[in-house]
Amino acid sequence: MNNQAPHSLELRDIEIRLDGKLMVALDATVGPGETLTLMGPSGSGKSTLLAFLAGFLPPAFEARGRVVLSGHDITELPAEHRGIGLLFQDPLLFPHLSVAGNLRFGLPRCMSNRAEHIQRALADVGLAGYGERDPATLSGGQKARVALMRLLLSAPSAVLLDEPFSKLDTELRDEMRRLAFSHLQAAGLPSLLVTHDREDANAVAGAVIELSGGR
Amino acid sequence: MLRFAPALIVTLLVGPILAGLAMALLPAFGYLPALGGERLSLEPWHELFAQPGLARSVAVSFASGLVTAAVSLVVVLAFLAGVSGSRLDRWIQQLVTPLLSLPHAAAAFGLAFLIAPSGLVARLLSPELTGWERPPDLLIVQDPWGLALMLGLVIKEIPFLLLMCLAALPQLDPGRHVAMARSLGYRPTTAWLKVVAPALYPLIRLPVYAVIAFATSVVDVAIILGPTLPPTLAVSILDWYHDPDLSRRFMASAGAVLQLGVTASALLTWWCLERLVARLGRHWLERGSRSCADRPLRLAGKSLILLAAFAAFAGLAGLALNSVAGFWRFPDALPQGFTAVHWLRALPSLTGPATATMIVAICATLVALALTLAALENEQRSDRHPAQGRLFSALGLLYLPLIVPQIAFLFGLVVVMETLGTRHRLGLVIFGHILFVLPYVFLSLSEAYRRFDPRWSQLALTLGSSPNGAFWRVRLPMLLAPLLTAAAVGLAVSIGQYLPTLLLGAGRIATVTTEAVSLAAGGNRRVIGVWALVQASLPLIGFVIAIGIPRLLWANRRGLQGA
Repeated sequence: MNNQAPHSLELRDIEIRLDGKLMVALDATVGPGETLTLMGPSGSGKSTLLAFLAGFLPPAFEARGRVVLSGHDITELPAEHRGIGLLFQDPLLFPHLSVAGNLRFGLPRCMSNRAEHIQRALADVGLAGYGERDPATLSGGQKARVALMRLLLSAPSAVLLDEPFSKLDTELRDEMRRLAFSHLQAAGLPSLLVTHDREDANAVAGAVIELSGGR
Repeated sequence: MLRFAPALIVTLLVGPILAGLAMALLPAFGYLPALGGERLSLEPWHELFAQPGLARSVAVSFASGLVTAAVSLVVVLAFLAGVSGSRLDRWIQQLVTPLLSLPHAAAAFGLAFLIAPSGLVARLLSPELTGWERPPDLLIVQDPWGLALMLGLVIKEIPFLLLMCLAALPQLDPGRHVAMARSLGYRPTTAWLKVVAPALYPLIRLPVYAVIAFATSVVDVAIILGPTLPPTLAVSILDWYHDPDLSRRFMASAGAVLQLGVTASALLTWWCLERLVARLGRHWLERGSRSCADRPLRLAGKSLILLAAFAAFAGLAGLALNSVAGFWRFPDALPQGFTAVHWLRALPSLTGPATATMIVAICATLVALALTLAALENEQRSDRHPAQGRLFSALGLLYLPLIVPQIAFLFGLVVVMETLGTRHRLGLVIFGHILFVLPYVFLSLSEAYRRFDPRWSQLALTLGSSPNGAFWRVRLPMLLAPLLTAAAVGLAVSIGQYLPTLLLGAGRIATVTTEAVSLAAGGNRRVIGVWALVQASLPLIGFVIAIGIPRLLWANRRGLQGA
């Protein structure tokens, strides 16, 4: 959305139910540049919570509570107007676009000198000159880096990370983790990390909340 | 806008069929004020039942529906059972797939050229094996029992049922089920028949019904391969309808209603057979025999499907050979000389119908694609994934134009259109084609569309793209290949349509298909060869484009190749 830090993400009394059964409940605030880690086994409602925050909650679910981003209530906004960026488990680089095309997809339309932004973003993650490459020809780590830069170029006000490093091998995972969080902190973005990997939680400074599911 | 797409599709498919059936039913009981039928009577029915040979027409129509469906289904199931446990013979699949795009009329002409007394088979066998020095006086094509008709239909329906099975199979996880049964000691082919086939059949039931309905009421194939004295019921109805004596239209309408009854009873009979087979099959299943003629079955499945594919391709070769043949004495396998004169002579009269064919096909396909995309996109955005029960009903409606016999409702539809004063022939023909193109385009595209990973669109939205932007910039380009395939299927269906073009165009819209079928009576093989070959090659252009464009466009995008 914009780069006027500081952003903060408030989750006020959130409760998500399916068929009347409580799936997940959370009340928390994430300050600018902070990371809140949500730990929990599969089935604990992590993905449901992310879907709710990003604006993709299937209609079968029933959600209460407010999501407030930088003072604005975004609970009812459609996904594309929320200013919440998502980093998925897979890099999900659009296969029909070049590497630069993927980054361009993230850039807001009104941005001037787009080419320059893309050059700089690629250089930032050590991929200068990769712009015209087919994303399918990149290595796993390179793809993850492009996905991260695409997210940052879209200038979100908060970021959700859905076990983003779980598919990388161990060394790469550490490196990506450091890279991602240094960028997120530098941009002053509140971020919410969802993981079932204790290492993720340990490596990231910030609060950790254990989700146990609604049982 | 999108929200109205499903309702629009249903209206578009159901409305004309119901209106058409109603307007066939009323004249069948004497009511059609435009032709002076002011009050209800049973006169058309008396007249209909007084027609010589009616019982035989009905019998041939009824039988060809059941025989075609049974033979095609058995061959396809035997083939699939035979290849279970081994790698599916991809090349057989690739051989059979293009046959789906082959118009029925072209396939029928090809078969006629193959098996006729002076056809390729007789020429290859003569005079050494048969002793024939001149074409024998045998009624092989257009035989009174409709066997050639059934054979022609079987050749076309095998690829259809095979592809339907291949589309349904992955959701059944056949590999694991067969492996499980084999670990209990079942031979692979028996295992497939016992554990996969019973689960597969419910998934292909509607396509099988479509085959039965089509075979009982087909017109173009029956004109080319079917009996003549009397012809099948559907062809008789068409004759009566085109009779200069307009009062015969009442009888034709009664015939259309009778056709509906014949198709319905064929479907009902099949349904009873289903029950019977299910009961017997259950007994066989529970008896626990581990093997039943595994090897012969395996061999039969493969060879029969190859034979069918071979017959279709040999028929095409026969068409090609005839179209360039000079003087061709009977037992000679090849003509004495080749000439381009038939092509050159046909060329001036080809361009008009070929253009009309493509205009109709492209318009009908574009409309069908737009409606299909709108309905599927609406489904995605409203997060209403088709539930089991709803899926059936929605699919059932899609199959409606494929299960109600064309000849039963198209007459009525023509009457409705005339009453409404619609005289734009080309528009009417396109409208008629949409009825039959839409179901195939929808069936072809929906699978890929629903399987598309929803995260791609979610990702586009979180990057700030609007839902429409996500559709145009992400979903459409990534689904380009299945989209073009669906378009090619739509084009092929439209190009092959005979009856809707003939009736809604009132004979004034000439397409390659109507022209080719009308040549059947003349029997000039050289000219038929040219036209049928053109008819067969037009849909192929669509498939070549559908395969070529993604390859060209995504030459540098490995992630989309083979998608």
